Amino acid sequence: MFSWLEKNPFFFAVFVFIFIAYAGVVEILPDFADRARPVEHKKPYTVLQLAGRHVYISDSCNACHSQLIRPFKSETDRYGMYSVSGEFAYDRPFLWGSKRTGPDLARIGNYRSVDWHENHMKDPVSVVPGSIMPAYAHMFNKNADIETAYAEAVTVKKVFNVPYDMEGMPKLGSWEEAQAEVRAEAEAIVSQMKDQDVKDAFARGEIRQIVALIAYLNSLK
Amino acid sequence: MQPSNALNYDYTVAKYFMFTTIIFGIVGMGIGTLIAFQMAYPDLNYLAGEYGTFSRLRPLHTNGVIYGFMLSGIFATWYYIGQRVLKVSMSESKFLMFIGKLHFWLYVLVIALAVVTLFAGVSTSKEYAELEWPIDIIVVVVWVLWGVSIFGLIGIRREKTLYISLWYYIATFLGVAMLYLFNNMEVPTRLVSGMGSWIHSVSMYAGTNDALVQWWFGHNAVAFVFTVAIIAQIYYFLPKESGQPIFSYKLSLFSFWGLMFVYLWAGGHHLIYSTVPDWMQTMGSIFSIVLILPSWGSAINMLLTMKGEWGQLRDNPLIKFMVLASTFYMFSTLEGPILSIKSVNALAHFTDWIPGHVHDGTLGWVGFMTMAALYHMTPRVFKRELYSKSLMEAQFWIQTTGIVLYFASMWIAGITQGMMWRATDEYGNLAYSFIDTVTVLIPYYWIRAIGGLLYLIGFFMFAYNIMKSISSSKPIDREPVSASPMAA
Repeated sequence: MFSWLEKNPFFFAVFVFIFIAYAGVVEILPDFADRARPVEHKKPYTVLQLAGRHVYISDSCNACHSQLIRPFKSETDRYGMYSVSGEFAYDRPFLWGSKRTGPDLARIGNYRSVDWHENHMKDPVSVVPGSIMPAYAHMFNKNADIETAYAEAVTVKKVFNVPYDMEGMPKLGSWEEAQAEVRAEAEAIVSQMKDQDVKDAFARGEIRQIVALIAYLNSLK
Repeated sequence: MQPSNALNYDYTVAKYFMFTTIIFGIVGMGIGTLIAFQMAYPDLNYLAGEYGTFSRLRPLHTNGVIYGFMLSGIFATWYYIGQRVLKVSMSESKFLMFIGKLHFWLYVLVIALAVVTLFAGVSTSKEYAELEWPIDIIVVVVWVLWGVSIFGLIGIRREKTLYISLWYYIATFLGVAMLYLFNNMEVPTRLVSGMGSWIHSVSMYAGTNDALVQWWFGHNAVAFVFTVAIIAQIYYFLPKESGQPIFSYKLSLFSFWGLMFVYLWAGGHHLIYSTVPDWMQTMGSIFSIVLILPSWGSAINMLLTMKGEWGQLRDNPLIKFMVLASTFYMFSTLEGPILSIKSVNALAHFTDWIPGHVHDGTLGWVGFMTMAALYHMTPRVFKRELYSKSLMEAQFWIQTTGIVLYFASMWIAGITQGMMWRATDEYGNLAYSFIDTVTVLIPYYWIRAIGGLLYLIGFFMFAYNIMKSISSSKPIDREPVSASPMAA
C-alpha cells in the first residue's frame, strides 16, 4: 500500500497528515476539558502587573528564569511549594521557561522586596555577587505601556471570561478608573524605591517599566 | 537519474535561497557566538544598550538560525531537488516561477520584520514562536506559497513515483503548517478592546494548556524543520554525491512512517515533572525512547549506503560532512531519549545539558548536512567547480572540534549544575546557594564559546569557498555524475 501512495501524491499527503495529527488529538485535547480551573484564592493580574508581565516578556526574562517548581525536596527547599496547574489559570502565555541560568521565580514575591528588585535590575552584582545577569538600565527611563495592559485585561475579560470586577477580584472598570487603580498601586511601589528619576517621573504622572515589573514580580507567590 | 543536459532545470529561486542560507547563517551563528561569550563574560552585554543584552539577542539567535539559516537551506534544496526528482523544470511554468519568487521575497520580508521586532522586544515569549500576530499571518502566506510550489511541481511531474526526499518535504510542509497554526492561535488585543498596541496579542490557551500546546509545537517544529527536512536532503545528496544506491528501500519506508507516527508524541518530554497530567509525561517519555527506532533507521540506512565505499571518506570531504552528519544524528537521537527518562530528566532539565543536546544535533547534523548540500549544489547550479578542497578539509576539522568542545563542555556544565542544585549537607540542608551553581560553570561557558567561535570560523570558510567557487573557479561544461569536482 505504501508504494501505491508514492504514486498518488494527494492520498500520500492525506495519510501523512493523519499519521502526524493523531498524536495531537489524543494527547492535547483531553487536557483542555479540565485543566484551566484556577486554584482557590487565585486572582487575575492587575493592569499594572500585566504591564510588568509585558516588560518581563519583552526582555525575555523567561530565557534564563523558570517559573515552575518541580516536586523535589531540593526545589521546594529552595523555592517553596511546588507548582500546581491551577496556579497558572490566568497565565496567557505560560512562562515556565526551559532553562535556569538564574533561579526560579515562581514564588519570588515571597522573599524579595521592592528595593532588592530595584538594585537587582540596576546592577545585579550589587545584590548577587558573581551574577552573570545583565543590568536593565532602560527599565528606569522608559515608561510602561499601561494602555496595552488595560487592553489585554479587557480582552481576556471579554473573550475568556477572566473574572475581573467580580467580588474579591481585581477591579478593571473604565479606562479612567483603571488608570487611578494603576496609580495607587504604583505609588505603593515607588514610595519604597530610591531612584530619583523614577520618583520624579511618577510625580509627573509617568510610570516607569521598572515599577510595573516589580509589581508583577511581587505578585508571584 | 537522467543526464544533466536532457532538461534545463531552472535554479533561479534555488540560487536566491542559497545566498540567504549563507547570509542568515553568518548572522544567526554570529549572534549565537556573541551570546555564548556574554555568558562567560557578562560585560559584553553592553555593546549596544538594551538591544545588546543576552535576553534580546537570544530569540534573535534561535529564530535567525532556525528560520533564517536552516529554513533557507531547506527551501534552497527544495528548489533544486524538487525539479530533479520530478523531472520538470521551473521554467516550464510561469506560474510556479512567479510563486517561487514571491515565496522568496515574502520570506525575506518576514525575516526582516522578525529582526526589527525582536530587537525592539516585541515577543509572544513562546520559544521559536516569538513573532507577533501580524508577522504570523505573513508566515502562513509564505508557507502556503511553498505548499503551492511543492504540489504545483508535483502536479506537472514527469516522474510518476515520488522519490523518498519528496515524502519528507511533504511531511515538513504539512507538519509545520499544523503545528504553527495551532500554537500561534492568539487574540489581538487591539481588535477586541479598541485600545493599546496594534501588534500585541494574547494567547488562546492559558497556563498548563498553553505549555502543552507550546511544547507539542516546540519539540515537533524541531522535528519537522531540523529532522524531517534534513533527512529529505541526505536521502538525495548522499546517494548522488557517492554514486551509491540507497541501502534499503524497506528501511526507508519503515523509518519514514515510523517517524511520522511516533514523533509528535515526544513533545511531552519537555514537561516532565511539570503540572501536565502524569500519563502525558509518561507517554512523552516512552515515545521518545521508541523514537530511537525510526531515527536510527534513517541514519543506518545512510551509513550502510556507504558500505564497501568507505574509501570515499578519504578522498571526498563532502562525503565526510554527510557521514558525520548522520553520525551526529544517531548520537543526538540517542541522547534525546536518554534525557527523556524521568530520573535523567530530573537532573538535566533546566540545565546547560539541554542547549548542549540541541547543539550537537543542530551543529553536527543540520549544519553539516546543509553545508554539504550547498557544496554539492554549487558546481551544478553555477557550473563551476568547487574552489578549494583543502579549505573544505580544514573547515571540516575546525568545525568538528568546535562541536566536540560545545557538547562536551555543556554536558559537564549541565550535570554539574543538576548535581549541585540537589546536593545537601549532612543535616539535609541545601549545600549550595544558587549563585554557587552559576559561577562554577564559567570555565565551561568559555569552552563552549570557543567551540562556537570555531564553528563560526568554519562557516566563514564555507562562505568564502562558495563565493570563490562562484566568482573565480574553473568553469565546467558537463555536469558531474557523482562526486563534485573540486580544485585541490
